[in-house]
Amino acid sequence: MAKTLFEKVWASHVVTPETAETPTVLYIDLHLIHEVTSPQAFTVLRERGLPVRRVDRTLATMDHSTPTTPVRKLADIDVVGPSAAAQIRQMQKNCAEFGIPLRDFDSDERGIVHIIGPELGATQPGKTIVCGDSHTSTHGAFGALAFGIGTTEVGHVLATQCLLQRRPKTMAVEVSGALPEGVTAKDLILAIIGRTGVDGGTGHVIEYRGDAVRALDMAGRMTVCNMSIEAGARAGMIAPDDTTFEYLAGRKLAPQGAAFDAAVTGWRELATDSGAAFDTTVHIDAGALSPMVTFGTNPGMVVGINAPLPEAPSDGSWDRALEYMQLEAGKPIAGTPVDVVFVGSCTNARLPDLEATARVLEGRRVAQGVRMLVVPGSQAVKAEAEARGLHRIFEAAGAEWRESGCSMCLGMNGDTVAAGKLAVSTSNRNFEGRQGVGARTVLASPATAAASAVAGRIADARQLAH
Amino acid sequence: MRGNLPTEGTDMEPITVFSSQTVLLPRADVDTDQIIPARFLTTTSREGLGDALFADWRYDGDGASNAKFILNQPESKGAQVLVAGRNFGCGSSREHAPWALADYGFRAVISTEIADIFRSNSLKNGLLPIVVSAAFHEQLLAEPCVVEVSLETRTVRLVDGPHADASETFEIDDFSRYCLMRGTDQLGFLLDRVDAISAFEAQRDDTAPA
Ligand code: SF4
Repeated sequence: MAKTLFEKVWASHVVTPETAETPTVLYIDLHLIHEVTSPQAFTVLRERGLPVRRVDRTLATMDHSTPTTPVRKLADIDVVGPSAAAQIRQMQKNCAEFGIPLRDFDSDERGIVHIIGPELGATQPGKTIVCGDSHTSTHGAFGALAFGIGTTEVGHVLATQCLLQRRPKTMAVEVSGALPEGVTAKDLILAIIGRTGVDGGTGHVIEYRGDAVRALDMAGRMTVCNMSIEAGARAGMIAPDDTTFEYLAGRKLAPQGAAFDAAVTGWRELATDSGAAFDTTVHIDAGALSPMVTFGTNPGMVVGINAPLPEAPSDGSWDRALEYMQLEAGKPIAGTPVDVVFVGSCTNARLPDLEATARVLEGRRVAQGVRMLVVPGSQAVKAEAEARGLHRIFEAAGAEWRESGCSMCLGMNGDTVAAGKLAVSTSNRNFEGRQGVGARTVLASPATAAASAVAGRIADARQLAH
Repeated sequence: MRGNLPTEGTDMEPITVFSSQTVLLPRADVDTDQIIPARFLTTTSREGLGDALFADWRYDGDGASNAKFILNQPESKGAQVLVAGRNFGCGSSREHAPWALADYGFRAVISTEIADIFRSNSLKNGLLPIVVSAAFHEQLLAEPCVVEVSLETRTVRLVDGPHADASETFEIDDFSRYCLMRGTDQLGFLLDRVDAISAFEAQRDDTAPA
């Protein structure tokens, strides 16, 4: 029978199948852990006297509550405040005690967990990958089945390398045509969420398909899969192809030499068979899209940057969001004054995102009164960006160039947006208070964020004066 | 089926049948950042998070209680059932969200739609996620009332109020129900399958990644 990509990956990881009474026992190839959602799971292991079953399948780093200022000695982590610093120290202790190698402050491989997995080549087609983090969907860009789990489940995977799961449904998002010049992967995924709504994918695994998806580089594919959870889907996947294999070739934890070639042969078999059925299908015409921004307090409230905000539905469901955002239905969002610009996060902090930012900022300055933060997704991205001199462009423009981490995406480490201030952010969530109590977030692509920093107002990068 | 199911207990309180006042929070898409903001996630324990529940709505800027928020109103005191708007619990996978709700005293959340990860996390923490029809949801939202929740019969029944005696059955998979009714966690079930897991590892090319 014709099978989807998801069905193939799922089927090859079933340890014991589901019955009417019990769920599937699903094997997990790669478990990513970070400091925020793992401590309570280690406590359970300790209480029960259990070891970590596969330290070799566990990739650990620290990203959420870490400072983005340099840490030269351990006391430097205290800038994030006592409880965040204690959490970081607990992570170091847990990894040491259970024998898990940790990408710590002294590691060049530290970074946001969803950036370093692919970068190291640990993320591979056909794998099952989980993390106590909803943006684990990012890794689906490689044709892996990757999804976020809670801390109890982190404990399950640490102890048994398995999870109890019921099989989700499948959704195809077919993106036909080509993205117009100046319209990016971020604009595409925002448009998709605008279409499905923030719950359209609930209970489903999405597969992104079609010419416009095939045309994306791996960074763009990761941006798209990253925000699957914002459509309610736990996972998003893209069939692996030559773009995927080229990205992975030679990466530290990918198979090497003949083993790599053998792996590629297997990976080519993963693509959805023609005629395989999905439970739901959504069609998007890439050619009709423009740069997108959010205007509300969830990522489904999306509008083209040059379009007026849609009229509010009569049921009053937008009232609270528009009041919080201090925006008006029917009025354009372009031109709204900006206080903070954040380029970073697991959505948009890979090298191509920083290059797009630099292209806009080169020879320009961040507008007076605007604070702009550029936070690379990993120490490796930071090093590559610096090797290309991008940091000089950012600094010359008046932006702050930082160490890697989640930073202002969720404001756990003290990088926050003040109450009432408007931030244009390349991250993935514009929830009330996400970037700081009372902060107003507009999600956008790196190009839109950079253009808005220069203009001091929400601006279309395609229209900046040369 | 019992022989195959977990037996190890935790400190989770079993859910069978209980009655409680409802608290109504009808707005849609309440995300886990609202249920518990990120600044409370630096904890390394799961205890005591009830104080942080809905913190940005419950307290005003200087930490004083916001009298307008539903949880701060006298009739909400002691309520164990939250009737929420569509797509409750969307966003982050933080299990701190059900921990905070359970620590505060909630034992069930009822909505027309509950986000996947939040739902899965709730089931592991003695917090029963209940999905109901739009029509029944509307009856629940008419005014706060007493409801009876039975996991035995998988039903919710309004005990008083304008729709007294209206009831609806809800779906929950047998395994989660079994665990919730006994206050049992699911790790024991997995640990009992270690042989199958080892066999699975042995029959595939088991090269390690990280
Ligand atoms: S960058 Fe933001 S969304 Fe991504 S893992 Fe960090 S906090 Fe989560």
